[in-house]
Amino acid sequence: MRLFYAVVLTVLAALPARAEVDIQEVTSPGGITAWLVEEHSIPFVALDLRFRGGASLDAPEKRGATNLMTGLLEEGAGDLDARDFARAAEGLASSFRFSVDDDALAISTRFLTENQDASIALLKQAVQFPRFDPDAIERVRGQVLSGIRSSAKDPNDIARKKMDELLYGDHPYGSPLSGTKDTVTALTRDDLIAAHKAVLARDRIFIGAVGDITPEALGLMLDDLLGDLPKTGAPLPPRAEVTIPSGTTVVDFPTPQSVALFAQNGISQKDDDFFAATVLNQVLGGGSFESRLMTEVREKRGLTYGVYSSLVPMDLAETIQGSVSSANDRIGQAMDVIKEEWTKAAADGVTQQELEDAKTYITGSYPLRFDGNQTIASILVGMQMIDLPIDYIATRNAKVEAVTLDDVKRVADELLDPEGLAFVVVGQPQGVDGTAPVQND
Amino acid sequence: MIRLPALGALLALALPTSAALARDNEDVTHFTLNNGMEVVVVEDHRAPSVQQMVWYRAGSADEPKGSSGVAHFLEHLLFKATDKMDAGEFSATVAKNGGRDNAFTSYDYTAYFQRVAADRLELMMQMESDRMKNIRLTPENIATERDVIIEERNQRTENDPSALFREQLNAAQYLNHRYGTPVIGWMHEMRELDLQDALDFYKLYYSPNNAILVVSGDVEPDNVRQLAEQYYGEIPANPELPERLRTQEPPQTAERRLTFRDDRVAQEYVSRSYLAQERDPGDQKTAAALTILAELLGGGTTSYFAEKLQFDTSIATYSAAFYSGQSLDDTTFNIVVVPQPGVSLQDAEDAMDAAVAGFMKDGVDAEQLERIKQQVRAEQIYARDNADSVANRYGSALAIGLSVQDVQDWPDVLEAVTADDIMQAAKDVFNREASVTGWLMREEVTE
Repeated sequence: MRLFYAVVLTVLAALPARAEVDIQEVTSPGGITAWLVEEHSIPFVALDLRFRGGASLDAPEKRGATNLMTGLLEEGAGDLDARDFARAAEGLASSFRFSVDDDALAISTRFLTENQDASIALLKQAVQFPRFDPDAIERVRGQVLSGIRSSAKDPNDIARKKMDELLYGDHPYGSPLSGTKDTVTALTRDDLIAAHKAVLARDRIFIGAVGDITPEALGLMLDDLLGDLPKTGAPLPPRAEVTIPSGTTVVDFPTPQSVALFAQNGISQKDDDFFAATVLNQVLGGGSFESRLMTEVREKRGLTYGVYSSLVPMDLAETIQGSVSSANDRIGQAMDVIKEEWTKAAADGVTQQELEDAKTYITGSYPLRFDGNQTIASILVGMQMIDLPIDYIATRNAKVEAVTLDDVKRVADELLDPEGLAFVVVGQPQGVDGTAPVQND
Repeated sequence: MIRLPALGALLALALPTSAALARDNEDVTHFTLNNGMEVVVVEDHRAPSVQQMVWYRAGSADEPKGSSGVAHFLEHLLFKATDKMDAGEFSATVAKNGGRDNAFTSYDYTAYFQRVAADRLELMMQMESDRMKNIRLTPENIATERDVIIEERNQRTENDPSALFREQLNAAQYLNHRYGTPVIGWMHEMRELDLQDALDFYKLYYSPNNAILVVSGDVEPDNVRQLAEQYYGEIPANPELPERLRTQEPPQTAERRLTFRDDRVAQEYVSRSYLAQERDPGDQKTAAALTILAELLGGGTTSYFAEKLQFDTSIATYSAAFYSGQSLDDTTFNIVVVPQPGVSLQDAEDAMDAAVAGFMKDGVDAEQLERIKQQVRAEQIYARDNADSVANRYGSALAIGLSVQDVQDWPDVLEAVTADDIMQAAKDVFNREASVTGWLMREEVTE
C-alpha cells in the first residue's frame, strides 16, 4: 500500500523549507577576504581556514611532509612547548583542529567571545611560528608510522591505496598522503619548515566565519592572524590524468569479508550537467536506503550492510566512486548486481518517479545542512574553494529543479561507463576473476 | 597529534560524555502522556529543521539468553512493512520529504530518528507511531535481513581484530551480566534468529510506557504536545511490561588476563578495563569523579599518562584513559597503552602500572583540574550550537533511568568534584580483582 501518505505529501511538497543564511563578504584592511555569517545569539565564533594544495604539494621523495608538518602545528609554537600550548588552549576552552587532505590544509576552530583575543593570539603562534622541536617531531613521527603500519593491515585502507595508485599513478593523488615508512623516516626538520612555507601562504587561503563577531572585528582579527604569512606559496600541482584500470584487481588479504571499491571517470562541478549527474547518482547509489544499489544489493538480496556510489570532484581530477563489502563467498554476486545496475542506468536513465523523488530529496535536505555555526563555517569555506557565487545557497535548488528526465538520460548515456567500471577487491573473494591479482606487501 | 586510524573507536570512547548544559542555557520542556510515554522538547529556532527521536528502554542487555543480537535485528526489521506501509516505505517517505532517517541499538536502548524540515514533523509522528505496534514481517524479510546483519557483523567486527579483541575483553569482564555479550550478537546465535524471536522482543518492549519521544529544533512545545497526544497518546500502554531487572555481577574476586592473537594486527597494544560505577538516579557523584579522573589520567596531551609515557619517556605512541557513566548497570573504566616500536607489551604494561601508581601518589594537579572545569563550563555555551546533540543526551539519559533533573544537575555535579573525590574514586576503581588486562598481538610467527 503506497497511497497512505499521498495526500499529505502533495501538501508538503508545495512548501519547501528555506535556509536563511545571510553571508557577507568581508575584506580586511590588509586585503584578506572572508565570508561571514553574523550570529550573535550564542557567545562564540566558529572560524574555518583552508589553504589550497594541502598534501598534494609534497615532492614524491618527501611524501608525508605536509601531513607530519600539520600534525606538529599544535605541538609547540612560539614560547610554548607542546604541552604548554595544549594547556593554554584548554584554559581558554578553545578548540583548534588541524588536518590535511589531498586538496587543502584545514584549520577548524571555535572560541568563546570572551576569550577571542587570547585565542587568536595562541592560534597565531601555531599558524605562523610552529617550533618543530626535535622531540615533538619524533613523537608525532612515531604516531604517523604507527598509522602507516595499521593501514597496511586494514582492508579498507589497502583497497583505497591500490585504487588511488591505479587511478592516479605518479600524481600526488596516487599515494597515501601520510607517506611511506621510508619517506616519513627520512623527513628532516628542514623538510617540515619547507612544507610549512609551501602550504601556509596568503595566495591560497579560504576563510569562513560564523558567530558572535562583526565584519570590522573579523577583518582586524584576520590581519593579525594571517597578515604576516608569506604572500605566495609553492606552485600547485598539475591536474591528474585519470587512468581507469581495466576489469577487476584482487589484492589477496586473509579476512572473512571482502572490501570492494569501484571507480570510473567523473564530472566537474563546473560542468553544466553536474546537477543532472547529481540526480542520477542519487538514484543509482547516493547515500539513501532507496538507491537502486541499496535496493538490489542489500534490501532484496541481503548481500551487504551498505553499498554506495558518489561523485568525487576533487580539485585536480573527477571520478565516480563507490564501495561495497560482502563475505568472501558473496562479494562476486554483489559486484555482478552492481555492474547490472550500472548497465541498466547507462542504457535507460531513470524513471519519472525516481527523478521527482531524487529532486525532492536533494532540494529538501539542502536547508537541513545549515544546522550550526561550525557546520556553516565549513560550508562557507567549501563554497569558496569551488568558486561558487555568494548568493549560491538561494539559487542552488532552482538548478536542481531544472533537471529534466531527458537531461538525466543523456548524462547517464554519456557519463556512465559499465565497460569502464573498475573494481579493486581486497580479501579472499571466491569466484571473482581478478585480471591482475596482487599480493599485499 | 595525529589520529591513529586503527584506534579510532578507542579514541571516540576517550571523549568524556559530553558535558551538559546548565538549565539557564537550555530551552528544554519535559512532560508525560497519559499512557506513560515521556516527551522531551529541545527548542532551537535558528534553522527550519526538526529531529524526532523515539527511544525504547530495551537494548541488547534486555535480550533473552540464546538470542543475542535480536534487539538490533528488530531495529532493522522496523524498516519493513506495517499495516499501512510497504517494506522500505518509511525511509522512502522520509527521503521524499528531503529528510534522513536511521536507528541505532545499544546495550540499554534502541532509538529511531528522522531529521526533516520542521513542517514535516506530523508526518514523522504519524509513521513512527504506526510502527510502534503494527509491523508485519514475512519469512523473506527475516532471511534477507538476517544476511544483512551478518554482513554488518562481518564489517564491524570480523574484519577488525581490535573489535574481536574488545568482545573478548568484555566477555571476560562481565561474569554474570549481559554487557558481556556484544550488542550485534554472537555470530552463531545471529544465524539462528527467527521471526518469533523478533516478534517476542517487539511485543514485550515496544509500547508507549517503555518509550521516550525527543523532539529538537524549530518547534513549539505546545504544538509537539498536541501532535504527540494525537499520534502516540492513542496507543494503549502495555500492562505486561516487565520491570527492568537484570542479572547482576557477583563480587569479582579474580583478576583476569587474556591474549588475543590475530595475523591482521598491525599495532600491538595493552588494554585494561576495571568494573566501575555508572551514573545512578540522584547519585552521580562517583560517576562525575570518574569522568574527570579519566581526563586527568589519560585525556590527551596534558594528561598524566602522556607526561609519564610519551613525554618523560618514550614508552608509548599513544595512551589514554576513558570512562562513560552513561549506563544502566555497572560500566567500565578503561586504560590503554600503545607501545613504541621495540617496547614489549610487558614493558608497556609495567609502565602503565607505574603511571597509575605514580598518579595515586602524586595526586590531582589543581591547575589541570581547573582547566577541565573551565571546559565543562564552556561546553554549556558550545552545546547550544547543536540542539540534536542536546536531544541525544536527554534521550539516552532517560532511557537508562536517569531523570531530567539528573541531566540538568550533571554540570553542577562535575563542577563540585574535588581532588579528594577524584582520589577516592580512583582508589575504589583501580581494583585489580575486578579488572581484565588484555594484550592484542600478532600471530607468533612474524616477518
